[in-house]
Amino acid sequence: MLEWIQTNLPGVYSLGWGGDSGWGTSIAQTLYMTLGAAVFGGLLGLAFGIGLVITDEHGIRANRTVFEILDKVVSIGRAIPFIIMVVVFSPLTQLITGTTIGTTAALVPLSLGVFPFYARQVQVALLGVSDGKVEAARSFGASNWDIIHDVYLREGRSELVRVSTVTMISLVGLTAMAGAIGAGGLGTTAIVTGYQRFQNDVMWTATILILLFIVLIQFVGDLIARHYSHH
Amino acid sequence: MAVIELKDINVTFKQKKQTIVAVQNESLTVEKGDIYGIVGYSGAGKSTLVRTINLLQRPTSGSVKVNGTEMTDLSPNALRDERKNIGMIFQHFNLMDELTVFGNVAQPLKHSKLSKTEKKAKIDHLLELVGLSDRSDNYPAQLSGGQKQRVAIARALANDPEILISDEATSALDPKTTNQILGILKRLNEELGLTIVLITHEMQAIKEIANKVAVMEDGTIIERGSLLEIFTNPQQKLTKDFINTATNRDEALLNVRELLREKPLASDEQLYQINYVGNDTAQPLLSTIYADYQVTTNILYSNMEILTKTPVGLAIVVLKGADENIRTAVSSLVDHGVHVTQLDAEKEDA
Repeated sequence: MLEWIQTNLPGVYSLGWGGDSGWGTSIAQTLYMTLGAAVFGGLLGLAFGIGLVITDEHGIRANRTVFEILDKVVSIGRAIPFIIMVVVFSPLTQLITGTTIGTTAALVPLSLGVFPFYARQVQVALLGVSDGKVEAARSFGASNWDIIHDVYLREGRSELVRVSTVTMISLVGLTAMAGAIGAGGLGTTAIVTGYQRFQNDVMWTATILILLFIVLIQFVGDLIARHYSHH
Repeated sequence: MAVIELKDINVTFKQKKQTIVAVQNESLTVEKGDIYGIVGYSGAGKSTLVRTINLLQRPTSGSVKVNGTEMTDLSPNALRDERKNIGMIFQHFNLMDELTVFGNVAQPLKHSKLSKTEKKAKIDHLLELVGLSDRSDNYPAQLSGGQKQRVAIARALANDPEILISDEATSALDPKTTNQILGILKRLNEELGLTIVLITHEMQAIKEIANKVAVMEDGTIIERGSLLEIFTNPQQKLTKDFINTATNRDEALLNVRELLREKPLASDEQLYQINYVGNDTAQPLLSTIYADYQVTTNILYSNMEILTKTPVGLAIVVLKGADENIRTAVSSLVDHGVHVTQLDAEKEDA
């Protein structure tokens, strides 16, 4: 196997496993960026998504002002191209992580880039929970927090898993883009090491690994969503 | 004793630039142990009116008193507590799909002070009450419509409410299942003393179990009274329409007219509808009018309902005899408390 790679894919072989630009390192970096941004961007997106649903005109805590603010933030956030966001938020990144380059620094724009997208997806998923269920919960004296937790999140969870899967997949895409400006990971490998140094074998291998990663996320996501659905 | 007192309730919705009046200056008093039926077509405002009882719909103005407590003055926490005293069931059941039957019934008990064993005993008891003990671990998707509504009833009773609001709870069910659900409601009313407010567009359902009726149209109650009063002496056209559908009178009349098209009335025959209360009045009277006025009666359709333990009858008859004799016979019937209406044998509307 290794020998076959050495003869047919010399570029891929020469990068090795460990080291700064090794395959193991870039895979770990991609995982780190994806999961890290999924946690931060995910929590922020979930909070905004819930906020949008409950402050909505028909929500359990209707509040036009708050709704408009959340809605505008999400819309504007969605409108700024990610690559520009990386640059625009670099002072913030510097403030939070102490640097503007590297994998950890990339977590800031990745989280901020993915959260508006996720917030919108969460909003749509939660709006799919029927008003009737919310009304039933109100009728037996559930508090707003009970309703968020026991109605919206629990009844919407298989849909939430589905939109989270979609978000994770687009997040993998964003990490590759972040890679173009030095964040590391499979994106850097494909673009900097592969494309810019004319090593097609490296570029394709990195691409296939990203693809496999995405397929894996989709598979696991579908599995969890199905496990949670009793509709 | 009045359990629910709605007074001068107004509910308006602002939509874009126009204001929609859903309930207009309406009041309603429900006594303990009542099964109060509110009937009306969709959009009449009955759901909106009834939702003000537990403030799922806050009235634009007016007073809502439940057991003497002014609901609109309560803090959010106190309101939530008060709502536990008012169970509610819905047309589309509104069960949680991701919870089992047991979990659904347990949901309202989330913050209750009962121990885990006590909760379980209570839920088991409620499921037994609605006959679903063996379905405890099923999910709603595995149940039929009737079973889902029974779970919803058990859930609504979890906090031992005094009041149950039924919002079109049988409208999505077939007739047999509807009767089953109505039977359960009736039983709960009798055994637990549960006060029930029942909204429906089917007079049929109200006829089965209610003791009081209100008819709603365009945000106001146009007619109200005891079931017997409303059924035997309806004043408004809409009320009559509902009753005619519920007693199958409309369908019967259609068939009668079909029959008369084949075999038209003779010149000495006239078509009448008679309504009577009590089972010992009408039949003997019909024989009397033959003996006294030589008017013979041919019954084309007859129907008898038992409403709150009183028989209420309806018959479509052909009276045969001399014009004048028929007129005297009819006034004699009216004197004996029977409602008599002449029907047109051909026209589609009577």
